[in-house]
Amino acid sequence: QTADPLITEVQDYASGFGDPVDAAPYGTPISHEAHVVRRNVEWLTESPVSSINFTPIHALEGTITPQGCAFERHHSGAIDMTKQDYRLMINGLVDRPLVFTFEDLMRFPRHITTAFCECAANGGMEWGGAQLEGCQFTQGMIHNMEYTGVMLRDLLAEAGVQTAGKWVYVEGHDASSNGRSIPLEKALDDVMVAFFANGEALRKEHGYPVRLVVPGWEGNMWVKWIRRIAVYDQAVEGREETSKYTDLMPDGRARKWTWVMDAKSVITSPSPQAPIRHGAGPLVITGLAWSGNGRVTRVDVSTDGGNTWAPARISGDAKSKALTRFHHDMNWDGSEMFILSRAVDETGYVQPTKQALRDIRGTNNVYHNNAIQVWWVRADGEVENVEIA
Amino acid sequence: MPANPLGLGRAALSEEIDAWDVAVLPDGTGLPVGSGDVETGDEVFAANCASCHGDFAEGLDSWPVLAGGDNSLTDPRPVKTVGSYWPYLSTVFDYVHRSMPFGSAQTLTPDDTYAITAFLLYSNGIVEDDFVLTNENFTSIVMPNADGFYPDDRAQTEYPLFTGEPCMENCLPGTPQVTKRAIDLKVTPTDADGKPAGTLPVLSDAPAIPAVVQVAADEAPAVPEPVAEAAPVAEAPAESAPVETAAADPALIAAGATVFKKCSSCHKVGEGAKNAVGPTLNGIVGHDAGTVEGFKYSNPLLAMAEAGLVWDEANLNAFLENPRSFMKGTRMAFAGLKSEDERSAVIAYLASLGG
Repeated sequence: QTADPLITEVQDYASGFGDPVDAAPYGTPISHEAHVVRRNVEWLTESPVSSINFTPIHALEGTITPQGCAFERHHSGAIDMTKQDYRLMINGLVDRPLVFTFEDLMRFPRHITTAFCECAANGGMEWGGAQLEGCQFTQGMIHNMEYTGVMLRDLLAEAGVQTAGKWVYVEGHDASSNGRSIPLEKALDDVMVAFFANGEALRKEHGYPVRLVVPGWEGNMWVKWIRRIAVYDQAVEGREETSKYTDLMPDGRARKWTWVMDAKSVITSPSPQAPIRHGAGPLVITGLAWSGNGRVTRVDVSTDGGNTWAPARISGDAKSKALTRFHHDMNWDGSEMFILSRAVDETGYVQPTKQALRDIRGTNNVYHNNAIQVWWVRADGEVENVEIA
Repeated sequence: MPANPLGLGRAALSEEIDAWDVAVLPDGTGLPVGSGDVETGDEVFAANCASCHGDFAEGLDSWPVLAGGDNSLTDPRPVKTVGSYWPYLSTVFDYVHRSMPFGSAQTLTPDDTYAITAFLLYSNGIVEDDFVLTNENFTSIVMPNADGFYPDDRAQTEYPLFTGEPCMENCLPGTPQVTKRAIDLKVTPTDADGKPAGTLPVLSDAPAIPAVVQVAADEAPAVPEPVAEAAPVAEAPAESAPVETAAADPALIAAGATVFKKCSSCHKVGEGAKNAVGPTLNGIVGHDAGTVEGFKYSNPLLAMAEAGLVWDEANLNAFLENPRSFMKGTRMAFAGLKSEDERSAVIAYLASLGG
């Protein structure tokens, strides 16, 4: 071992100046993290304005997703809207059809909630078999933010929902409008009309200035740039809730209104984009777990393909309907492993294997794949996405 | 609920509600008065929809196929169309009227929408070619897959199977073997070294000193993206672009590259670009209209090309400002760029691309 010049020699940064305080009034990540970005898969869609990209979850830690790398899904592109031009209408089966400005919304009682937003199609490419190399692509249609906003129930109370009203329909200002029907019970429970995420204004791509937050339910319902909330006695059955976001079953019929995202987890490192580079010895396995039905109470990890399991540590608070971080500290002997994680939520639901889901749903499904992910760790530390039997 | 507890907001006016509330529900709630027949629908569809969905609603490239797929829902590759899958006709009307054509939403009249809906019913073999769809007979149409949906039953059919104390030891009958490898498919985006895109960089093997020098030297601004976008611009032969302002302002060209994202779903540019919904646009600025090889132009465009239309800066500017006004009957389903800054930027960007 020779002396490390980084230690023995005075470095420029230890002698001269760093950046002044006016270098970056609203900062961006340091250039050395330039690989930590959202990525898309071009062959998935015909047009990038009606498409999706993926959160680099393999490179993030903790539970909060920075807005700047949180996955985006648009149906007609991210629109540029000002707070001055923003209007929100409530109509339908209400006593007082109303129009709110952004300033009006800021005068309702404010609340904070942390919630994961997962696209119903997260993992959809994996139904037929292992396809994509990396959890960014296989589980990265997810983000988790701390939102500040007003409760939808308070806005509805302002308009006065009539007794005939059973459904709330929410649509956006963008050209797709992406309307979705939500049963009144959920709308009056924990649905939020949000302006801030992670302490800052919503970014453009996340619905600036106002989006819907629907904790635990599929991301398509989290309407961005919301312009209208309508109360009806029935579901609108729009395009996104009939032709899309329904689950085709083996008998040729389809499940609809499959709103809840069931319990799921994934090891984010090691993973194909985050191989082991340090060789045998102490190894930190880290990952994410979540459930649309409540709190994650336990995550088990297996390193032998699911023959034996051990409980991982849940790090930090496990919040209901929010991403939960787990860690599993082990001593790697340098041999091949099949590593898996398995989430359990407060209802007692245990994340199933892909085969268990296929046995019920077949392989014509696109959505709601919450199966256990298998990573094959090779002796050289490289990691592959595989299926095993 | 308390009555009007805060007194915030103002009453929505009926004309405002009419402007925004265009939702049409399965029982016909929200249908505007109007009508359209199959034959008219064929024409309206050809003009507004066929550039993506095909003349027969068969779907070009990967754009949605809207017709056919009968009895395919149990096939290994089910074809989910308006006819084979959609349970309600109201969904077709609602979606077409509010969200189509793609890139030019909310431009179809109720009668156009009735006509397109009638044409789609005909394309799917649900009505005859003399059918006229109106707000009066709308709810009499029953879609073939109307009974094909049922509400989420996971709580009954799945949760009991997946609830309970899970196995912790000796859970498998034997040693697991690999049955599928994603790596075999080669469909993952990759970095230049062939690794999955975004793979974390090697730290310990990297020469530490050059990395530190780079930081201290502070020569490269911390934003790699504009550099990458500017690169092809710098290489493009500026002399082939006959527009004097082209290539003059790298910032304008970079801004134009961003604006062009609005166009890129239909138009491809750069090396190896192929015709898509629209023709390739390499070298378009200053070029005769209607001459990209292999692209099937609309008749109005061919007529104007015949009359000598050249895509100089002025003509491009006028076309981009309001495509349908500049070229009546154009197939370009794009509402246009209202901002002059955006138009000049995108033209500068196009001018910077070689032919």
